[in-house]
Amino acid sequence: MAVRHDQRRAPEHAADTIAPAIQARELVKTYNARGADPVHALGGISFSVEQGTVFGLLGPNGAGKSTTVKILTTLTTPTSGTATVAGHDVLRHPDRVRRGIGVVTQGHSTAPEATGRENLLLAGRIHGLRGQDVHRRADELLGTFGLTDAANRIVKTYSGGMQRKLDVALGLMHRPAVLFLDEPTTGLDPQARAEMWAEISRLSAEEGLTILLTTHYLEEADRLASQLAIVDSGRLITTGTPEQLKSELRGDAVVAEIAPESEISSALQAIERLDGTRESTVDGRTVRARVDHGASAVPRVLAALESAGVGVASITVARPSLDDVYLRHTGRTFASAEDGGAR
Amino acid sequence: MTTMVTHTGYLIARALRALLRQPVFIVITLVQPMIWLLLFGQLFKRVVEIPGFTGGSYIDFLTPGVVVMTVLFSAGWAGMAFIEDMDRGVMDRMLSSPVSRAALMAAGSADAAVSTIVQSIIIVLVGLAVGASFSGGVLGVLIMLLAAVLLAVAFSSLSNGVALLVRTRESLIGFSMMLTLPLSFLSSAMMAKETSPEWVRTVSGFNPVDWAVVASRSALSADPDWGAILSRLGGLLAVALIMGWLATRAFRSYQRSV
Repeated sequence: MAVRHDQRRAPEHAADTIAPAIQARELVKTYNARGADPVHALGGISFSVEQGTVFGLLGPNGAGKSTTVKILTTLTTPTSGTATVAGHDVLRHPDRVRRGIGVVTQGHSTAPEATGRENLLLAGRIHGLRGQDVHRRADELLGTFGLTDAANRIVKTYSGGMQRKLDVALGLMHRPAVLFLDEPTTGLDPQARAEMWAEISRLSAEEGLTILLTTHYLEEADRLASQLAIVDSGRLITTGTPEQLKSELRGDAVVAEIAPESEISSALQAIERLDGTRESTVDGRTVRARVDHGASAVPRVLAALESAGVGVASITVARPSLDDVYLRHTGRTFASAEDGGAR
Repeated sequence: MTTMVTHTGYLIARALRALLRQPVFIVITLVQPMIWLLLFGQLFKRVVEIPGFTGGSYIDFLTPGVVVMTVLFSAGWAGMAFIEDMDRGVMDRMLSSPVSRAALMAAGSADAAVSTIVQSIIIVLVGLAVGASFSGGVLGVLIMLLAAVLLAVAFSSLSNGVALLVRTRESLIGFSMMLTLPLSFLSSAMMAKETSPEWVRTVSGFNPVDWAVVASRSALSADPDWGAILSRLGGLLAVALIMGWLATRAFRSYQRSV
C-alpha cells in the first residue's frame, strides 16, 4: 500500500482506535558512497505496530532491518518516506521521539571502561532523571537483570550475556513507551539467549511495553513476535502472525537429501511427477516439496526416488516453519540467504 | 543551553573516570613531554648560538614550544574515543537519545583541555628543574596555559569532527600525523623565526600553533608584548569556536551515512 509521505495522516481523534506505537510509511534509504554505486538499503517499507505488542522484523543479514531501526530511532534519516514513533514524527520532532524510546543497538552500547551502575546512571541523567530517582531506577534494573552483584564492576569484565542484559537495561532506564531491540541475542550462548527471551516476553506481558525486535533467528521470531514482517533485500515480503504465515503454506515439508552419487535433477523430476507434491525446490543436494500429509507421503517419495534410481541419504518431514515461509516468498532458503545474501 | 551544560558535565565525568582507570596511559601522558623537553633541550642546546636567536638559554626558549607540541600530539588523538564509541555502538545509542550534540563535542574537548593543563604544568616544573627561568612569572605561565587550552579545544574538536567523517582509526591516525608535524615545524616552537626561511615565516603567521607559541613565549618573557599576546589569544579563541561549531555539524554528516 503506497502512501505518499506528504499525505496528511489519518485523523487520530477517533476514541475507539488507539494510534499505533510505530507507523512506517514508504521508507526508502539509499547510501551514496563516494566512488561506488549507491546502495539501496531500503526500497519502500511500510508497516505499523500496535501498542503493547512485540513486532518482529525477520530477515537475513543485509536485508535492511538495522537500517529500518536506525530511521525509526532517529539515528539516521530516510532518503524518502516518513514514520511516527511513540506519537511523534521522526523527521519533524526527533527530540520528542528520542524521549519516548529505548534503543538497544546491534553492538554493545555500554561504555566498557565504566561500571554497570555508572552506565545506567549516565543514561538516566541524559534522559533527565535526577537525584534519588536515577539511583532507585538503576538499582531496580540491576536487580531485574540479575546484575546487582556486578553493579560496581567495570563492564569490560562482564560476560557477553551480562553485557547484553546491561544494554537492554540501559534502554529501559527512562521507562520508554517503545523499545527497539536490534538483534538482541546475536552472539549469545543458548543459556543467555533463553534468559533474554524470557525477559523480553516479561517486558511485553507485564509492563505493556511495545517492542520492535529485529532478528535473523527464525526460532526467535516465532517465539517472541506477536506480529511478524519478513524483509528481504530492502523490501517487506509479507506480514502476519507467525501462525498465519505458517498456515498459509498448507501442509508439511518433505526434505530429501540426495546421495552424492545420484543425479539431483532426476531426483527433482521424480518428486515433481508424484501426485500431491507441489513447490518442489532444490538447494544444494537437498530436494524439498510440500505435501498435504507428510507421514503418508514419505513412503511414496522414497519409492519414486528408488524407481528413478536415485539414492537417498536422509529424508525428513517437518511441520511448516518460518524457513518455509521465507522460501515460499523469496525462492531461497533462509540459510542460503544468510550465507550469500549479505551485501 | 542548560541542557548542554549539564550534559557536558555528565560526559566529562565519564571521560575523566575512564582516563583515571588507565594508569599506564596516565604515566605515558606524563612522561612523554618530559622526554621531549629533556631530549630536545640537550640535542639543540647550542642552537641559541645561531645568529637570529636573541641569546638566553634554549630551555627557556623551548619550554613553551614543547607545551604547544604536546597539545598537538595529545589533542590530535581526541577523536579515538569517538571512534571507540562508534565501533561499539555507544555513539549510536547516544545519538538516538536526547543528549546534546554540542555537549558530546564539548566533553571531548574538555577532556583534552584537562590533559593539556596537567601536562603543561609538568613541563613547566621539569623546565624549572633543569634551569629554565620564566621572567613572566605566574601570570606568564597562566597565559601559556590559556593558549594551550584554546589550542587543545581547537585541535580536539578538529580530531573529533574528522573522526565522525572518516570513522576509522587508520584514517584518523593518518590525518593526525599529517597535520601535527608540519604544523609544529611551520611554527617557532623549536626554532626562532629569524632563523627560518622567508616562506616559513610567512606561513607561520597564519598558523594557530605559532600563535600559541608566540603568545606563550612573549608572556613568559621579561617584557611581554601585550598587544601581540591578546591578538594571538583572540585568534586562538576564534579558531577554537569555529572548530567546535564545524565539528558539531559533523554529527549530521555521520548520521546521514550510518
